[in-house]
Amino acid sequence: MAQSMKQKTVLLGFLLNDRGGQILLGLLAAAAVLVPICNIFVPESSIFHVPTYMVSLLGKYLAFALLALSVDLIWGYCGILSLGHGAFFALGGYAMGMYLMRQIGDRGVYGNPILPDFMVFLNWKELPWYWYGFDAFPFAMLMVVVVPGILAGVFGWFAFRSRVTGVYLSIITQAMTYALLLAFFRNDMGFGGNNGLTDFKDILGHDIQEDGTRIALFLATVAALALGYIICRYIVSSRLGRVLLSIRDAESRTRFLGYRVEYYKLFVFVVSAMLAGVAGALYVPQVGIINPSEFAPAVSIEIVIWVAVGGRGSLYGAVLGAFIVNYAKTYFTGALPEAWLYMLGLLFVVVTIFMPKGVVGTVPAFKDLKKKDGTSLFGKSTEAAE
Amino acid sequence: MTKFFKHIMVLAIALFMAAPTLAADDFSAQVDALNGKSFSKKIKAIEVLAEADNDRVVPVLRAMLGGDLYALKSDKTVVIAEKRGSVYLVHKADDGADLGQMAKSDIKKVRVNNKVRTVIKGILGGLTLLSPNVEQRQKAIDAVFNSRDESLLPTLKKAISREEDDALKAKMVLTKAAIELENAKDPETLSAALSVLKETPTPDVRSILTRYVASAPEDMKAEAQATLDAVESSLSMWENVGNLYRGLSLGSVLLLAAVGLAITFGVMGVINMAHGEMVMLGAYATFVVQEVFRAYMPGWFDWSLFVAIPFAFLVAGSVGVAMERGIIRFLYGRPLETLLATWGVSLILQQAVRTVFGPTNQDVSSPSWMSGAIEFTNGLQFTYNRLWIILFALLVVVGVTLILKKTAFGLQMRAVTQNRPMANSMGIKSGWVDAMTFGLGSGIAGMAGVALSQIDNVSPNLGQVYIIDSFMVVVFGGVGNIMGTVVGAFSLGIVNKFMEPMAGAVLAKIFVLIALILFIQKRPRGLFALKGRSVEA
Amino acid sequence: MKFSFKSILSAGAIAATALVGTAANAADTIKVGVLHSLSGTMAISETTLKDTVLMLIDEQNKKGGLLGKKLEAVVVDPASNWPLFAEKQRELIEKEGVDVTFGCWTSVSRKSVLPVVEELNGMLFYPVQYEGEESSRNVFYTGAAPNQQAIPAVDYMLSEDGGAAKRIVLLGTDYVYPRTTNKILRSYLNSKGIADADIMENYTPFGHSDWQNIVADVKKFASAGKKTAVISTINGDANVPFYKELGNQGIAASDIPVVAFSVGEEELAGLDTKPLVGHLAAWNYFMSAESPENEEFIKTWKAFIKDDKRVTNDPMEATYIGFKMWTQAVLQAGTTDVDAVRQAMYGQKVKNLTGGVAVMNTNHHLSKPVLIGEIQEDGQFETVWSTDGVVKGDAWSDFIPESAKLTADWTYPYVCGNCEKPKYAGVAGM
Repeated sequence: MAQSMKQKTVLLGFLLNDRGGQILLGLLAAAAVLVPICNIFVPESSIFHVPTYMVSLLGKYLAFALLALSVDLIWGYCGILSLGHGAFFALGGYAMGMYLMRQIGDRGVYGNPILPDFMVFLNWKELPWYWYGFDAFPFAMLMVVVVPGILAGVFGWFAFRSRVTGVYLSIITQAMTYALLLAFFRNDMGFGGNNGLTDFKDILGHDIQEDGTRIALFLATVAALALGYIICRYIVSSRLGRVLLSIRDAESRTRFLGYRVEYYKLFVFVVSAMLAGVAGALYVPQVGIINPSEFAPAVSIEIVIWVAVGGRGSLYGAVLGAFIVNYAKTYFTGALPEAWLYMLGLLFVVVTIFMPKGVVGTVPAFKDLKKKDGTSLFGKSTEAAE
Repeated sequence: MTKFFKHIMVLAIALFMAAPTLAADDFSAQVDALNGKSFSKKIKAIEVLAEADNDRVVPVLRAMLGGDLYALKSDKTVVIAEKRGSVYLVHKADDGADLGQMAKSDIKKVRVNNKVRTVIKGILGGLTLLSPNVEQRQKAIDAVFNSRDESLLPTLKKAISREEDDALKAKMVLTKAAIELENAKDPETLSAALSVLKETPTPDVRSILTRYVASAPEDMKAEAQATLDAVESSLSMWENVGNLYRGLSLGSVLLLAAVGLAITFGVMGVINMAHGEMVMLGAYATFVVQEVFRAYMPGWFDWSLFVAIPFAFLVAGSVGVAMERGIIRFLYGRPLETLLATWGVSLILQQAVRTVFGPTNQDVSSPSWMSGAIEFTNGLQFTYNRLWIILFALLVVVGVTLILKKTAFGLQMRAVTQNRPMANSMGIKSGWVDAMTFGLGSGIAGMAGVALSQIDNVSPNLGQVYIIDSFMVVVFGGVGNIMGTVVGAFSLGIVNKFMEPMAGAVLAKIFVLIALILFIQKRPRGLFALKGRSVEA
Repeated sequence: MKFSFKSILSAGAIAATALVGTAANAADTIKVGVLHSLSGTMAISETTLKDTVLMLIDEQNKKGGLLGKKLEAVVVDPASNWPLFAEKQRELIEKEGVDVTFGCWTSVSRKSVLPVVEELNGMLFYPVQYEGEESSRNVFYTGAAPNQQAIPAVDYMLSEDGGAAKRIVLLGTDYVYPRTTNKILRSYLNSKGIADADIMENYTPFGHSDWQNIVADVKKFASAGKKTAVISTINGDANVPFYKELGNQGIAASDIPVVAFSVGEEELAGLDTKPLVGHLAAWNYFMSAESPENEEFIKTWKAFIKDDKRVTNDPMEATYIGFKMWTQAVLQAGTTDVDAVRQAMYGQKVKNLTGGVAVMNTNHHLSKPVLIGEIQEDGQFETVWSTDGVVKGDAWSDFIPESAKLTADWTYPYVCGNCEKPKYAGVAGM
């Protein structure tokens, strides 16, 4: 393990100063090794045994972490507050869901080899054109990044060119995801309406409920998160990242200096949407369902909250925030089903008032990391950016 | 043998029914027959009763219609029972004899269904058509119009000759024409009926004509069709007016939900995600006020909303002030973090309401002056509750504008939001102004809750329904501009309602959202953008 | 730095122990999972069912529990979040070790939970009326299937007593239950001689609150001359504004009756019902039903919830029947083992609260009576029509061609939820 770390540092020079990132990647690598071992080889009676449901749960958290990362990339480093990032996540999820639906084949309840069950009972006679190709894994995976990417590209091109900024941008991203929510709820759209896509059987020929498949999906998510982190870190520590920061801190000034602000924003927005799409695609097979509620504006707001809780503008903070909030949710909905909303609400209030820079900006251990971290710019400029 | 006997019985009963009046004993028997096994038997009994010349007929049928007719469990005597608290005051149905108080377990309701109700209404209509009371005649003619029973024609003619009220008379003439159209044979009467119907283009008339056209004799078909076309074209014109009204109504709902936000978000810059919960608190405040009225002053119930409005303002306003002092004041200059904190507050408030009131809907009733609709003869209909809400929304906007523009507090508020340090140095207590401004915005949201409780669920989720729309409206109108919010709300409402008949409710909403996104590209700062240096801040 | 690393690690360790949890004290109680949303949009309906299960468990424990053990409720909150339903069901079975789960309301939550209970061989009781087209080995459906609610209701509306409707408006919320139900109804109406031109179908989104146009459209459709009735599959939240609009636009039940499949006593509790008298609903239970069992049930419920104003409704009765059947089956099987209890479930009988006896069939659906009631001023329903006996729930509708050929029967020789022919046909023939 130590050896691999070393190799990485040689290859990825920009990670040298990134103490937090190194720890995160280290933890991910450890999880990738330990979780499967503790699941398969450690006997169930041992307290070190990781049950399979925990593997899927961790996988879900990791997918959320990747999503949070994508939001932090644009919000923390470019000042674009998207309240509609759930839309890209859900689109990626739907692309994966469509692939999984097509894999069911004639094992659906009506035994139709082509049409998914919901189309059969809606009296559809043939597959709509936009379902073509999704039976092929590579095509579906391409769509996982292309569809969110195109949506972000078109949306961003309009919005950034017209210089829609600040809260106006936030609200129209919300309008976007809300419109998609309503559209996907419509059964006439051919995406299963409110029930969405579910009852998946196989992925790449492996039973989706098997422990092996679950572990493989978990590992894929670990890898995607690590890769996503490296991409984001690479972007923000490059020259382009410096421009992004200056856009965040003083957009007009950057424009006056001759930078085409809208192109920079567009680029990072599209990258972020694609990452969100990948997160969605990894999320769906691990939870077993994708439905329009993922488009709900409340979901998108929550993503922003993960980032804020973890600490915006540090990337690993977003990952941490996603873990903290989602773990709190899992724990409290089981332990305090009647009062968990109080706990969660209180958490948000307390974090905002007492930890304005999120967990990584406040907890001493992380602050310590921060000082050695050359890439992140905390301080006055962050606040002024809003 | 038994069959033969049955036949005799049937014949006897039939003869009995034909008799013009019923003796007292038979009258009681017929009243008891109202509690027959099947609905068709009940209807027969009602029809027989209607022929009886007995002044108990109308009260008995009224009681049956109102669900106050019961049968004693002991001997199946049919009685009229009125609920008084937990007991019932019981009278015999046939002669009105007082039977004293009874418990619910002693009596069983005489079941009625829609068909029985329709029959009773028609008969009561015929019986009260000549009543000296105008209101009763009004009800009677409506019932006769709905039943269009040919046997009522002579009574109706008599009523027309006696009637002095013009509106009532017109309705009677219309009813007569409708009955004649459906029953008469000679072309002259039919033509006359058609020309009367043509003068009153209402949906009901359209329905009568449509049915007639389908079954009209050949010689009448063309004339009937022409009449129908005339009625149709006049109706469709008014439908657009109806759409406009509905759009204004939706707009006023959006406006009410958004005005408070235009202050907390638009003026103060706080992204208040708990705004919807303030609306919800207002709705629950209405519920509490109504409960108090129900318990202590049931006679004054119609006035409950006038108490609810200030009460809701105070409840939501004080929660707002508490929120500002407790949380938001630490976050000025960091608007996006107010989003995080207020989201937390919204979760807490929702759960708090759920804990206190339970998760189910609460019953908030409309006072009588908000129920029903103004109906125009052409079928256009303005529902009272929505009319009042439009009015209320406009009043609120005027009030807010006056506060902002004409009061010392409004002046201080604008000063603080424009330049805090300068305002401070001029001696304005900016902390106090902040708290009051936030309280004002929240209080207005609470008042919106009173209005929304009249048309929507009063549940812990109420606020969530409106929060997104409210933000859209404020942003569309231009942040920091109350007039923008007004124009924004009404235009979104009207566009939505004109799209709906074409595209359906869901697509209409999607189109409106897309239009909003595109509109923001054209005017990135909303409809009425603030000018000046503050824009870039 | 050292310090910081340590604190991270220790935090991780705490989290890990909390995550893994312990399943040590499972032996002395029988655990019953309760999977109903207590927050979010569905809390409004589902919280009542959570309380119902708690009440039933309480009652059972007063009688000494089951098999000499106390029942223990494990309540979780899936928060109206569909993926969370699956996660929580998994947690209930794998971590908490529950023997049975009572839960779900919406179809999508059931669909989300389905793969989990099937994979882990759990047992779920689903207490809500639904669209049918499903029969899982691990789920017992105690709510109504379309043939136990929708079809009888339409029959009634077309009959003389119901007003002999000739034109039908199908209003629904845009999701699978209304879509499927209306599809079944359309083909049923066609078979009754009502042409497509006399059927209007309209779908609205969840929580739709502005009904002005649609109610006006219904009026317009009804004015075309023939007697019109509305069949509503509008979901929970949207009903209150819908009925308020109906009342205000002056649509009386005697003009255009509305029969609803998702409006019960609980929904009416949030409404002023005076303008709605005479509109109808079809259910398997009304609170107004007169039977000693029902009186007892209502009394217990009001005492348990400590609120004299609370009402009971159909999904509560379905929960009650499901719970009773499960306890009987456990006693009969002498164990809470899922496979054994499932075998004991078939043919299990429980007295309905409305009189008569409900029976669990081998297709995992109940035989229950169907009632049609008219709304009264006090927010209750008055039964105006009921089936003579019980109606057997159909998992697969006879009115959808693809589904008419399927059979659900979990006993030999079929042993499957969606078969065209018995799995063990050959063996059975021998």
